[in-house]
Amino acid sequence: MKITLDWLRQHLDGDFAVDDVVAALNRIGHEVEGVEYPAEKFAGFRVAKVLTAEKHPQADKLQVLSVDTGEGGAPITVVCGAPNARAGLVGVLGLPGAVVPATKLVLKVAAVRGVESNGMMCSTRELELGDDHDGIIELPADAPVGTPFADYSGVDDPVIEVSITPNRQDCMGVRGIARDLAAAGLGTLKPLDVPTIEGEDAPATEIRTDDPDGCPAFYGRTIRGVTNGTAPEWMRRRLEAIGQRSISALVDISNYVMFDLGRPSHIYDRAKLSGALVARRARAGETVTALNGKDYRLTDTMTVIADDNGVHDIAGIMGGEHSGCSETTTDVLVEIAWFTPERIALTGQALGLTSDARSRFERGVDPAFLDDATAIVTGHILNLCGGTPSTVTRAGTPPVASRHIDYDPALAQALGGVAIPEDRQRAILEALGFTIMELGALWHVTVPSWRRDMDGPPDIVEEVVRIHGFEAIPSTPLPRAEGVAKPTATTEQLIERRLRRAAAAAGFHEAVTWSFVSEREAAPFGGGAWSLANPISEDMKVMRPSLLPGLLSAAARNQNRGAASIRLFEIGRRYLADAERPTLAVLMTGEKRARDWQTGKAAPFDAFDAKAAALTLLEAAGAPADRLQVMAANAEGAIWHPGQSATLRLGPKAVLAEFGALHPALTRHFDVAGPVMAAQIFLDAIPAKRASGPARAAFMPPALQSVRRDFAFLAPDTLAAADLVRAIRGADKTNIVNVRLFDRFAGEGVPEGQLSLAVEVELQPQDKSFTDPELKAIADKVVAAAAKLGAALRG
Amino acid sequence: MSDYPALQARLVADIGAAPDLDALESLRVAALGKTGSVSALLKTLGAMSTEERQEQGPQIHALREAVTTAIAERKAALEGAALEAKLADERLDMTLPAAETPRGSVHPVSQVMDELAEIFADMGFAVATGPEIEDDWRNFTALNIPETHPARAMHDTFYFPSQMKDAEGRAMLLRTHTSPVQIRTMMEKAPPIRIIAPGRVYRSDSDATHTPMFHQVEGLVIDRGIHMGHLKWTLETFLKAYFERDDIVLRLRPSYFPFTEPSAEVDVGYAVEKGRRIVGGSGDDEGHAWMELLGSGMVNRHVIANCGLDPDEWQGFAFGAGIDRLAMLKYGMDDLRAFFDGDLRWLSHYGFGALSVPTLSGGISA
Repeated sequence: MKITLDWLRQHLDGDFAVDDVVAALNRIGHEVEGVEYPAEKFAGFRVAKVLTAEKHPQADKLQVLSVDTGEGGAPITVVCGAPNARAGLVGVLGLPGAVVPATKLVLKVAAVRGVESNGMMCSTRELELGDDHDGIIELPADAPVGTPFADYSGVDDPVIEVSITPNRQDCMGVRGIARDLAAAGLGTLKPLDVPTIEGEDAPATEIRTDDPDGCPAFYGRTIRGVTNGTAPEWMRRRLEAIGQRSISALVDISNYVMFDLGRPSHIYDRAKLSGALVARRARAGETVTALNGKDYRLTDTMTVIADDNGVHDIAGIMGGEHSGCSETTTDVLVEIAWFTPERIALTGQALGLTSDARSRFERGVDPAFLDDATAIVTGHILNLCGGTPSTVTRAGTPPVASRHIDYDPALAQALGGVAIPEDRQRAILEALGFTIMELGALWHVTVPSWRRDMDGPPDIVEEVVRIHGFEAIPSTPLPRAEGVAKPTATTEQLIERRLRRAAAAAGFHEAVTWSFVSEREAAPFGGGAWSLANPISEDMKVMRPSLLPGLLSAAARNQNRGAASIRLFEIGRRYLADAERPTLAVLMTGEKRARDWQTGKAAPFDAFDAKAAALTLLEAAGAPADRLQVMAANAEGAIWHPGQSATLRLGPKAVLAEFGALHPALTRHFDVAGPVMAAQIFLDAIPAKRASGPARAAFMPPALQSVRRDFAFLAPDTLAAADLVRAIRGADKTNIVNVRLFDRFAGEGVPEGQLSLAVEVELQPQDKSFTDPELKAIADKVVAAAAKLGAALRG
Repeated sequence: MSDYPALQARLVADIGAAPDLDALESLRVAALGKTGSVSALLKTLGAMSTEERQEQGPQIHALREAVTTAIAERKAALEGAALEAKLADERLDMTLPAAETPRGSVHPVSQVMDELAEIFADMGFAVATGPEIEDDWRNFTALNIPETHPARAMHDTFYFPSQMKDAEGRAMLLRTHTSPVQIRTMMEKAPPIRIIAPGRVYRSDSDATHTPMFHQVEGLVIDRGIHMGHLKWTLETFLKAYFERDDIVLRLRPSYFPFTEPSAEVDVGYAVEKGRRIVGGSGDDEGHAWMELLGSGMVNRHVIANCGLDPDEWQGFAFGAGIDRLAMLKYGMDDLRAFFDGDLRWLSHYGFGALSVPTLSGGISA
C-alpha cells in the first residue's frame, strides 16, 4: 500500500523526514518497497512570466517570447507554438537539461526556424498533470515567478510504498501506520476527528441484514440533496499520488476513507434502488455486473447487498455498475457494514475477483469502528457535496468482543531473547492501544478492537520486541553437544551422496530437470500417476514417472547446440501412484571417444557402456555387485531396445537397475538423434549394508601364487555368457576364485547355431601347490559343468 | 716362445674395431673358440716343462683374460649403441594430445546442499526429507494457515484434481515450501529436534527470476528454552560458514508468517563489485545495501500443538532460504532458469568436481 509523507502528517505530529519514516517502517515490520519523489520529475521546471510575445519572423504559427525566469537576470528567449501564449501570462517554464515528464525528452538550447529557443513553456499534458494540450499552462497572475514548479504545485510530497503483511489489516490505512510509527517513537498520534451528525429523519430506504452469518452488521443512512462534483484538490492529489484515479466527489470520498482509515464503505445512488436494501445470500445463478464492467455469476454461499430488483453489490468486494454514483446523483445511501472475513475470502477466491475492499474485509476490519466511520464518511459528503442526512439505521451487531491475553513480561526474554524493562514494555503496548491490568506477576492485557491478529502471549512478545527493536536481541549460541560433532546422515543420504560423486567421477554431468513433464513425454513411460489440476503450461503438467524424459529433452537441447558427446545424470524422484521413488538416471549419446590420432575415428557409446555405468554406480552405492544377476528388461513400457537392454537384480523381484540402449522410437519421440544408452538405478531397492562396525573381515594374502588356465567351448548361441561363467565358477568353489570370459566368436570354423566362448579360470592353491592330477581333476569339473549347459570343450 | 704382448695388442685392437656383434663373435671364435688362437696357446701349456709353464702360464692366462674383457666391453658398447639407435628411432612428438578422460560434474544445487549438510552437522543438525506431493493439512493447515487465510493466496499453489485426495480425505498439492517437513519431523520424532530439510518446492510462478520449481532449505530447532537470540546466532553462524566470511552482517526485520510468532525476515548486507553482489558488511555502510535472504521466526504455539507436542514445554525456531539463490550469491550465477536446463556448457563451467566434497577441515567451498 502507498502512503504519502503529507498524508502521514495528517495523523502524526512531529519533526521527521521521509528517510526517518522509511527507517522506522522497516525496523517495526512494515517493509518499504520503494519511495517516489514526484519533485524529481519536475526538476528544472519553474514558474515564469511571459514579458513580451511577438510573431516568429519565419513561421506564422510560432511566437517568440521573452520570459522572466525570476532569477533577476535578463529575460530569455523562448519559441512557442501555443495559441494562448501572450504577454503577461504566468506559466511553467522548462529550462535546458530538464526532462519533459510525458515525453522523457531532455530540453536543449536549439534554434527553431532560425531563432534560438532557451526553454519550453509547458502544457498540462507535457507535465503529466492532465490531458490538455491546446495551450500552455496558465497559472494565477500572482504565482511567484522563479519558484520551482514542484514547490509551487505542492506535488513534492514523497510517496512511500509499504508492504503490509496479511496479519495487519489495521495498517491498511494511513492512520494505522501512523499509530505504529508513534509507538516506535516517530511523532505523536493526533486524535481522530469524528463529527457528530444526528440526522433529521429516518433513512428513506429500509436497511436490513437477512444474512447475519455473512453480514452481522449493516449500518447505513441516506443523504438527500447532494451535488456530486469533483473532489477538492487536496483529496484528488492524495488519491492520485497513491495511484487512484479521481472519479467524482462521492466515489473519491469512499476511496479516501478506505485508504485513510482502512475502512471500506459503499455509496449507492438511491434513485437506482427500489424497496429495501438488504444484505442476504445470493441465489444460485444470480448475476451482477460489477463496477469493473464484468458479469459475475453468484452462488448461494456468497453474501450480496440487494434490493427488490436484484443484486447491487458483491458484499465487501465490489459494487454494482447499476447503482454507482454519477454526476446526476442527488440522493445517496451510505453503507458501512461488517462482513465475515472467511466468507469474503472464499467468495473472492471463487469469483477470482480482487479489490481494495476485499483485501481489507477478508483480513477483518475493526468491528468497533462502524459508528465513527459512518460519521466520518457522512461528514465528508456534507462538506464536499452538501445535502441533508437521515439518522443512522444499525441493522445487526458487529462482533465486538473484548479480548484479553494473560501475559508474563518475562516472556520477552524467554521467547524474544531480549530483556526489556517492564515500564518500557508497558509504554509500547499502551502506545499501540493495548490496556494493561497487573494481576500479580501476570499482566491482563486487553487487545484493541482493530488487532484481530492477537491470539496469545507470543503475539504480545512480538509487539514488544518489534517496537523495541530486533537489533537489540543479543546473539546467543545454541548449546553444543560435547566433543566432536556426531555424524547425522542417514543410509539413504549416504547412498545418494556416494552415487552422485561416483557418477561425476565416471564422467557424467549432473543435471537438475523439471519434476513435471508433458503428457506426451510421460506417455512412453506408461503415463504419469499425478497430473496437476492447474499446470503452468501443458509442458509442465504431469509429475514425471521417470527421470529419462527430462534427460532426453536436455540431450536434445544439447545436440541442438552442437554437443558431440553427451553424458548426463540426474538424481531425483519418480512420482508413482504409491510413492516418490529416489532414482538415478544416466544418459549417454554421441561420441564415447572423439576421433583422435591414435585410434582414428570416433567411437560411439554402446549398451555395454550403460552396463558398465550401472555396475560401477551400484558398486559405489554399496550394492553386493558379485551377487547381481543380469535378467531380462521389465516388460512394461517399451522404452528399451528389445535386444540390447536388461535389468540387474538381486533375485527375481528386487530390480536394482535397468540399462541398455533406449528404443529408437523413444529417442525419436524426444527428437534426440542417434542411439542413446541409459541406465536407471532404483535407490530404494539397494539393500542397506549390515552395520558391522569399522573392522573388516580377517584376511591374509595367500602365500602361493594363483594358477590361470584357459578353456574354449563350443556352445549353443542361445546360451547366456553369464550362465556359463556362473556354472564354471560353481564347479569347484574351493579352488576356483575367478572366471573371466575373454573371447566370443561366431562364424568361420564355428558350426551354425553355435558360439565359441573362451574363459580364463583362476585357481588359488591353499597350503601347497597343485599337483598335475589335481589340476586335471579341476579341469574335468570345469568341462563337466559347462557340458551341463550344452557347451563342449573345443578340440 | 711367442710374443704374447704383441698378440694381445693385435687381438684387443681387432676386438675394439669390430663393427658389429657378428664381427665380434667371429673374433671371439677366432681367439677363444675350440680352435682359436688363444685356446691353442692354452693347450700348449700341457706339453711344457714345469719351468716353462711357470713362466709362460701366467702370460697366456693374462692374454686370455685381456681378450675376454675386451670382448665383453666391446659387446656392451655395441649393444649400448644399438639401443641408443633404437630409442632414437622411437622418438615421439610428446606435444601430441593424450587420450582424454571424460570429466563429469556435480550440480551447484547438490554441492550447496552438501555444504549445508556439512555446516549444520557441526551444529548438531540432521538432514530430514519429506514428500513433494503433500497434503494440504501438512502444507497449510497444520502450519496455522487455515483455508480462508489470506496467506494461502501468497503461495501460488499447484493442486492435484479433487478426486486425488489422500486416505484422510485431504486435498493433494505440490508443497509450496519445505515447511511440511517441520510437521512431519515433529510428529514422528521426540524433541529435542535439530534438522535442516533441503529439497524441491513448487509455486505456480514463472518469469525471469522465478521458476515453477526451485529449491529451499528449512531449518528447525525444538528444545527447551530456545529463543530468538539462538535463532539470530544460528543464522549468523551458518552464513559466516557458508560464505566463508567473518564480516557477514544480518538485519532481522519483524514480519509475518502464520507458522512463526514472532516472525522475522532476515536481510544480509552486501556491496556490488564488478557488477556482482558480494555479501559482507553492513547494509548501512557506504556503498552497501540490504537484501532479503531468509524468512524465520519462533515456531507458532499452534503449530507445535498441531504436531502433538506441548507448547508450554517445547519451543524453538524455524527458518527457510532459497538454495538456488544461496548458490547464485556465492558462486556468481545470474540466471536461475539455467539451473534447470541441463546445458553441458553451463554444467561444466558452474558444476563441481567429483572430489570437491565440502568438509570442515578442507573447507566448505572445497
